Amino acid sequence: MLAAIGLNSEEDLVSYLASDVRFNGKLAIPDGKSEYEIVDYFKQRAAENALGYSSFLGAGVYYHYRPVLVDTVVSRGEFLTSYTPYQAEISQGTLTSIFEFQTMICQLTGMEVANASMYDGSSAVPEAAMMAVRITRRDKVLVARTVHPEYRQVLQTYTQHQGIPLEEIGYDKKGRLDLDDLRKKLNEDVAAIIVQTPNFFGLLEQLGEMKRLVAAKGALLVVVFTEAAALGIIEPPRDADVVVGELQSFAISPSYGGPYVGIIATLEKYIRQIPGRLVGETTDAAGHRAFCLTLATREQHIRREKATSNICTNQALLALMATVFMTLYGKEGLRELAVQNLSKAHYLAGKLPLRFDAPFFNEFVITANGRSPEEINSKLLEQKIIGGLPLGRFYPELTNCMLLCATEMNKRSDMDAVASAFKN
Amino acid sequence: MIKQVTRHIVQNEPLLFEQSSPGKKGYQLPALDVPESDPEKVLGRENVRDEIDGFPEVSEFEALRHFTRLSTWNYAIDLGLYPLGSCTMKYNPRINELVARTEGVAWAHPYQPESLSQGCMEVIAALESALAEITGMDAVTLQPAAGAHGEFTGILMIRALLESRGNARKKILVPDSAHGTNPATAMMVGYTVENIKSNDRGMVDLGVLERVVTEDVAGLMITNPNTVGVFEENIRKICATLHDKGALVYMDGANMNALVGVARPGDFGVDVMHLNLHKTFSTPHGGGGPGSGAVAVAKVLTPFLPGPRLKREGDKWHWNYDLPQSIGRVRAYYGNFGVLVRALAYIMAHGGNGLRQATLDALLNANYIRTLLEPYYELAYKAPSMHECVFSDDRQAKHGIRTGDVAKRLIDYGFHPYTVSFPLIVRGAMMIEPTETEGKRDLDAFIDAMISIAKEVEETPELVAKAPHSTRTLRVDEVTAARKPVVRWIPRSTASQAAD
Repeated sequence: MLAAIGLNSEEDLVSYLASDVRFNGKLAIPDGKSEYEIVDYFKQRAAENALGYSSFLGAGVYYHYRPVLVDTVVSRGEFLTSYTPYQAEISQGTLTSIFEFQTMICQLTGMEVANASMYDGSSAVPEAAMMAVRITRRDKVLVARTVHPEYRQVLQTYTQHQGIPLEEIGYDKKGRLDLDDLRKKLNEDVAAIIVQTPNFFGLLEQLGEMKRLVAAKGALLVVVFTEAAALGIIEPPRDADVVVGELQSFAISPSYGGPYVGIIATLEKYIRQIPGRLVGETTDAAGHRAFCLTLATREQHIRREKATSNICTNQALLALMATVFMTLYGKEGLRELAVQNLSKAHYLAGKLPLRFDAPFFNEFVITANGRSPEEINSKLLEQKIIGGLPLGRFYPELTNCMLLCATEMNKRSDMDAVASAFKN
Repeated sequence: MIKQVTRHIVQNEPLLFEQSSPGKKGYQLPALDVPESDPEKVLGRENVRDEIDGFPEVSEFEALRHFTRLSTWNYAIDLGLYPLGSCTMKYNPRINELVARTEGVAWAHPYQPESLSQGCMEVIAALESALAEITGMDAVTLQPAAGAHGEFTGILMIRALLESRGNARKKILVPDSAHGTNPATAMMVGYTVENIKSNDRGMVDLGVLERVVTEDVAGLMITNPNTVGVFEENIRKICATLHDKGALVYMDGANMNALVGVARPGDFGVDVMHLNLHKTFSTPHGGGGPGSGAVAVAKVLTPFLPGPRLKREGDKWHWNYDLPQSIGRVRAYYGNFGVLVRALAYIMAHGGNGLRQATLDALLNANYIRTLLEPYYELAYKAPSMHECVFSDDRQAKHGIRTGDVAKRLIDYGFHPYTVSFPLIVRGAMMIEPTETEGKRDLDAFIDAMISIAKEVEETPELVAKAPHSTRTLRVDEVTAARKPVVRWIPRSTASQAAD
């Protein structure tokens, strides 16, 4: 091959690079390892992590069972090793599955349009805020303090230089968005109010009342969710103008924080303001149903600096995992899964001092009477149980509180152990 | 002419919603070991939803068949050469998939105690340090989820540094050959974009650059090698021009597969850059993601990195949140960790020497294609190619055939098309990146296909114009899709009512 291109040695391939840009050293990276050594390395790392513990952590990342078929499907090279489906004729597998994904997200959320995915729930939030600013041509955004704290931090990072002032709305005695505070801060400059349900404390927010207040001022209601499993039983956010959320609960392993998959869904009238890739139905030259990426004139590769967002690569394979999960559980299963979560959480909560009195799904805040949450957690660790998330780091006023989550994967015996750790 | 394939059942798979039957399901939950809660009682009747209208109801086997059938409608790198320029479609080693699923790794919760996360933190630290070495930079953040997210992170840091010096400035310069994400990113950081014209060699024109770099310019976003696959020969002078005016240089690392072990951006003057781990470091594209857009920075930018940052205390890793000058978080938690595991496994398998060899192989493959296709297609620029080569459709256009047509005809020969019509500075661009993981036999087959198509363009152009002919789906009507968007499935009866 070298001869065919008129070179003598492969070093000639880089010899034209000026000597002051060429790297003449040797990369300080150890020599290549065998497959066995690499597997062993990661087994050792895994052993340094929490192996063999049961956990009551939620707070945006949930332990749900992953049906075997999910990995069977996403391990197929045709899905795993294909690129973004720009060439529709040889990408109908990916395109069809994304169309099914978009449809299921609409069915689940009560919205009319959903895109092909976002990076994750946290980065979908500022994209929704930017969308609301474009739609309303207003700039201010209100965000509930009961939205996931790290999501709010990401929102702050994204909006800081886009001329989008943020203001937080506090929570009331019941741990839900304080409607009086919202009334006070809501005015004609506000593009959107961002609220999460179930909120970071696991509680259901009062979307109906918010919608009335927000609509009266011509602002949009953006609803966030982190626990998709809740949508199997709770009323979908039909009052929302934009819904964003995280689908990690749908067969995506926690994997120390990612990769996950975010969604953004909205009403048909806002379709041209939605960021990211969209798959649409059409026909091929023979008149058969076919799918393709569509409305690309919103996107960066066409619109460049005038695009709705800079997003390009998304989380297609994770969206496929969620699609397979939703397919397997289906209409009946998603409800049964939600009821199991509801039952487990309410069983555990029934034995503990709840901080807030409002309906919750599978997470709740408890007060650690007389002791610190950290103290209780260390005690649980001795029994190979990871307790809840101490809330002080995000809510200084809740330093004596922790957020606990129970899913279908928590056994009754472990829940009883958690309950007794609070007693003595 | 290649005949239409036979249509059989696998090719006529309905959507999930069209094959649902009431009561079918593909899951099994364990029996509940606690009393069952009544949703209406604990949530309140108004908070409980009706059944999810239209949601699928199929058996486990039907689900498996459905997705398996769909998968057969895809092209993939596992099936053949995937020469998408700028996308670096290389082999995705399966060991990376295995190690990412190691139980203690895949099931680690981002909020589990640090004392029980040391393995994950070590993986992050090891990858940060390998990428710093490869790029010649001082520090790396692995938080960004994809390339564009990395660009956003990098430009935010440039802005933060300039603000700390008293003036954030107004503009970001972007060469006209750049990816669309570059200008879109600059806007999201509150900058205006000034496009700069490339010279007749496809490179940044130093003269033009010197004229536009003023005290208003915050930085330049440059891709190197650039999107025509050419190393910016004046890169040191380009960086110096920006630095002389107090501006910074951002490098889009989409094409880093051409440089690993051969040249280091940190050594030639770049201040901040991203790497696409899903390109250069072989993590699978998965039909459009997940990616990971690691960002490497020079020392001057390290205080502004997104938080938290890893910190070594004694023999333990800690997350440090006390970062007063940080730009903040760009994503919850610590990044696309599962992708990071795969990238580290790739680096470990190659080692320093193997990574450099991969680069040389990538350059060899691209130049081999370039040399053998040059008699048949118009080379866009004569400058030496690195990991990809770009032709224009000038010769084919004379016969009424454009780059998109040649691309579709390639499908009939069993290949995924090259990148079509990009970069924008080349009329009718054909951007070809074979990567290092292709052997000579596949490269020759691809070259033969391209030569054969070049002949067809002259002899039977209509054959090319109507391609592909061999696929399950023929040429797709994208115009109608955009004119009347249908982006979710609606039952036929409902759909016709809606139309009334």
